[in-house]
Amino acid sequence: MAETGGHSPLEQFEINSIFPPGDHGEVGAFTFTNSSLTMVAALVLISAFLILGMRRGALVPGRMQSLAEMSYEFIAGLISDTVGAEGRRYFPIVFTLFMFILFGNLLGMLPYSFTFTSHIIVTFALALIVFIGVTILAIAKHGLHFFSFFVPPGAPIAMWPLLIPIEVISYLSRPISLSVRLFANMLAGHTLLKVIAGFIGLLGVFGILPFALVVALTGLEILIAFLQAYVFAILTCLYINDALHLH
Amino acid sequence: MPQLDPAVWSTQLFWLAITFGVLYLIIWRVALPRIADVLEARQRKLDDDLKKATALKEEAETILAEYERMRANAQASAHAALQKAQNEMKAEAERQSHALAARLGKQTDEAEARIAAAKSAAIAGLESTVSEVVAAATEKLIGVKAGEQEVARAVGSVMGGKR
Repeated sequence: MAETGGHSPLEQFEINSIFPPGDHGEVGAFTFTNSSLTMVAALVLISAFLILGMRRGALVPGRMQSLAEMSYEFIAGLISDTVGAEGRRYFPIVFTLFMFILFGNLLGMLPYSFTFTSHIIVTFALALIVFIGVTILAIAKHGLHFFSFFVPPGAPIAMWPLLIPIEVISYLSRPISLSVRLFANMLAGHTLLKVIAGFIGLLGVFGILPFALVVALTGLEILIAFLQAYVFAILTCLYINDALHLH
Repeated sequence: MPQLDPAVWSTQLFWLAITFGVLYLIIWRVALPRIADVLEARQRKLDDDLKKATALKEEAETILAEYERMRANAQASAHAALQKAQNEMKAEAERQSHALAARLGKQTDEAEARIAAAKSAAIAGLESTVSEVVAAATEKLIGVKAGEQEVARAVGSVMGGKR
């Protein structure tokens, strides 16, 4: 929800160089931008949340420790519900994905900040980590038998030429749906907030109406920030389960 | 839309790789084992405490059973002692009441004997008095001076039936 004072509701998504300082346009691979800043902030905040929260390791947890333990048990429960006991090995990556996306979404809710999960390249890269990892996992575990995944069980052989391409396309579109879902939710939510916030000044006294709407939508966006991180994590778990058990 | 400008992709991918990679390492190597240790320690402590509580409960139950046993014993011995005391007291009471009855009986007999003696003494005294009165009355009434033996015999025959 970056109120940069610009006229376009999309201006909040622009990448600006912080180091070296300068106007956007000349952004190299190693340029430290507003996007990099939020990523580093997420990294630092998550580490602080988990490590400082647990630093006392008390038997009876305090508030921060309770939160850290709660997030741990939330993802641990998610994995054991969807994958089962074998899923424990993939706990770190699912937990990292969940925390990184959650903090990315929540940091974006701060005024004037940047939402790195509203960039398709970031969400697509995260989805690709899951997709490639899961595919390697499945081939390593099942070998060539992995390709039976594309044949729906019980389908008559006559239907295979039709069903196999559908299954393959459905499999290949997983990273796209995974990344576009997160990206589109963040993009739409933040754009909507910006557009409605733009009416506040224009309507004068009646600006109270869009203002109330923005407050309500901000609450909704915080809910969506949690929800999308959860959806990304649970789909990752389901894909891991597919890779381990095929059908 | 700035998202679709490929010029800003490389920087995001680079910084994503760095931050996500470092975060993964921190979470995998530091954060999660730490939390798991704490949770495990807590579980262990809970199990320990539960076990200790179970042991203590068993101990308490043994002590309670022992106490119950001792209480029952004490009750039984108290009951026996009470019974014994009661029996002794009953026997003693009986003995005393027998003794009392005997003494009373003896005293009654003695009293009766005394009464009888007194009575016969009184009657004897009465006889002589009556004889004197009879003699005097006879003399006064009919002017006959009755013989002492005669009067005594008459009084004796009259009073003899009353004796």
